Amino acid sequence: MPTLRMREALRDAMAEEMRRDEAVFVMGEDVGVFQGAFKVTEGLLEEFGERRVRDTPISENTIVGAGVGAAMGGLRPVVELMTVNFALLALDQIVNHAAAIPYMFNGQTRVPLVIRMPGGGGHQLGPTHSHSFEALFLQVPGLLVACPSTPADGKALLKAAIRDDNPVIFIEHESLYGARGEVAEDGDGEVLRFGEAAVRREGGDVTIVGILKMAHIAEEAARALSHEHGVEAEVIDPRTLRPLDLDTILASVRKTNRAVIVEEGWPHGGVGANLATLITEQAFDHLDAPVQRVTGADVHMPYSKRLEQAAIPHEEHVVQAALAALEGSL
Amino acid sequence: MADLPDASTCYELLARMVLIRRFEEEAGRQYQRAKAGGFLHLAIGEEATIVGATSVMRDEDYLIGTYRTHGHAIARGTDPKRVMAELFGRVDGTSGGRGGSMHIFDRASRFMGGYGIVGGNLPIAAGLALSSEYKGEDAVTVCMLGDGASNTGNFGETMNLAALWQLPVFFLVENNLYGMGTSVERHSAQTDLSKKAEGYGIPGKRIDGMDVIAVREGVAEGIRQAREEHRPTILEAFTYRYRGHSAADPEVYREREEVEEWQQKDPIEVFARRCVEADVLGEREVQEVRDKADEQVKAAVEFADASPEPALDSLYENLYVIDSAAGWYAVDERSPEPHRGEREEESMPEAARELAEAGAAYAGQPDRPRPNPAEHGDAQEGVEPEVAEEVEEREVPEEVED
Repeated sequence: MPTLRMREALRDAMAEEMRRDEAVFVMGEDVGVFQGAFKVTEGLLEEFGERRVRDTPISENTIVGAGVGAAMGGLRPVVELMTVNFALLALDQIVNHAAAIPYMFNGQTRVPLVIRMPGGGGHQLGPTHSHSFEALFLQVPGLLVACPSTPADGKALLKAAIRDDNPVIFIEHESLYGARGEVAEDGDGEVLRFGEAAVRREGGDVTIVGILKMAHIAEEAARALSHEHGVEAEVIDPRTLRPLDLDTILASVRKTNRAVIVEEGWPHGGVGANLATLITEQAFDHLDAPVQRVTGADVHMPYSKRLEQAAIPHEEHVVQAALAALEGSL
Repeated sequence: MADLPDASTCYELLARMVLIRRFEEEAGRQYQRAKAGGFLHLAIGEEATIVGATSVMRDEDYLIGTYRTHGHAIARGTDPKRVMAELFGRVDGTSGGRGGSMHIFDRASRFMGGYGIVGGNLPIAAGLALSSEYKGEDAVTVCMLGDGASNTGNFGETMNLAALWQLPVFFLVENNLYGMGTSVERHSAQTDLSKKAEGYGIPGKRIDGMDVIAVREGVAEGIRQAREEHRPTILEAFTYRYRGHSAADPEVYREREEVEEWQQKDPIEVFARRCVEADVLGEREVQEVRDKADEQVKAAVEFADASPEPALDSLYENLYVIDSAAGWYAVDERSPEPHRGEREEESMPEAARELAEAGAAYAGQPDRPRPNPAEHGDAQEGVEPEVAEEVEEREVPEEVED
């Protein structure tokens, strides 16, 4: 298998699906001539032309809404929003329309639309360009939510998202675009089913669940826990939040009796808050300690590098949370 | 004044307008009897705009509208029975009781929906037009919007995109002079709405929306330009709703005289009289149209009344298209049990079912006074408002026919 960067894997996913299905097209701000703000759509315009790789005006709600309409008309649009933050301008079309239409019109029409958007902090982009809104989209019935952390998953999930008949929020992490990994080549076997978590590392002492960049942080923390504390953590990357592979997470928690959830988003009403509730509801009797959450700080992302780093979870936060969950048993 | 078309077309135009009028009047009555819930927006007075526009569309054309679209669906061919059943929230409704009055939809007739968010349908119209263009089909999307929607960000964004991409879309403003209770003069700096998209490259015209023939001609030309030249245009049709914005509107923002003045130009009465005077239709045919509409509406109510309530275990149906994906899609707030979707045919867990049944029983108490959705708008149809605000003399726009 070739080794690719995340951005190349995502581009290959789009290119392969566009070759496979004439109904697939890409649109968004600067996806064509500029080749994408993060160069994810590099080369697509050259191969597929302006009909299928469409630069749009800066009109987020209308870009998404046009995607909804095109999807209702039988196409499979892949919309790129330049960042997650800009998706807030399109929330009406995402929530009131894309997510609601199949249900409120009782299945008479489908909305096979993919909305890609990069988010996350770490690049000193400040309060309006560093959000993590997984929880916001997770809350909306009717949407699927993907949050891949590796190039292989990015490609396989994006291909699955494009083929799916539901509206998909596809969240990418800006810090992971350059991450390398082995990626499957074109063929039918490499589409990843939504709702299947990956167990990145096996262990019997504590379960650590992390998404996007925090899936990597969780793995680093697990290595540190093993080397420095003799603790073997099981690391799970859910890969999709809707549908959620709760079964895999619960099976792990029943084995380890302890859970830590790591995310970059805000703590209130977050991915971790939701998952902690589900674990408590479903596996309360198996828990030996309260579920621990590691989240981004409850502030708007500061510009200062020092403050920004303080607002983002790091390996040591995860280690501390795992040790807290294990307190009294070590 | 434009010439009348042939007798059978005139008959059909009149029949559709009368059917919509009768349907809306009956819907208002059923709302007062609490058979229909939520908000109810009636289009009484706006029939010429609706019917004139839909009468010149082809079957393959898309129509997309606002939250006031019972008549649009009927004009496009949806059985009034299914529209009434939707208002009643029943399984045989156009959306199986999930959409209600504001969200009528009929894929079969390419009526692509009523939408409850003002201006929310505009980008979707552009997308539908894009799909036709992309696939090389020559279908046109007709997008209806109200005067109020011309102030939304979607209006500017969509006009720009439609003109920029030369999409086969046509915009028809149903200007009934009020965005809810705020008059055009009070909600739009540019009161000539036909000019409002000019800066985006979309030219516009104004027509008399109370004259079904004028609407037909204006819309036919707009559709032609969209279809043959891929030139989106906008048409502003002056029309008027006789009833309040919704059934819960005390109408303090306009004078009774204004309503009566517009009723003098009633699209149905004026057109029927003209047809009879021109000897295109006889009095007998006009009466026949009325009788048939009465029968259809009566049948619609009977049908809706007989249609069952949605089954409780259909609550999660059509939330997702469940295909290859695994995992948990939806969690019932009243129960931690997972819902994976209809294909797996998991029935609702017992605890959730009991709660749902209790909730449904509460909501279904027939004699319970209706909680009015508008906080202080207790007034129902026919109730005279006690407060009448001073309304400035409105200069009614000249009928523009050429």
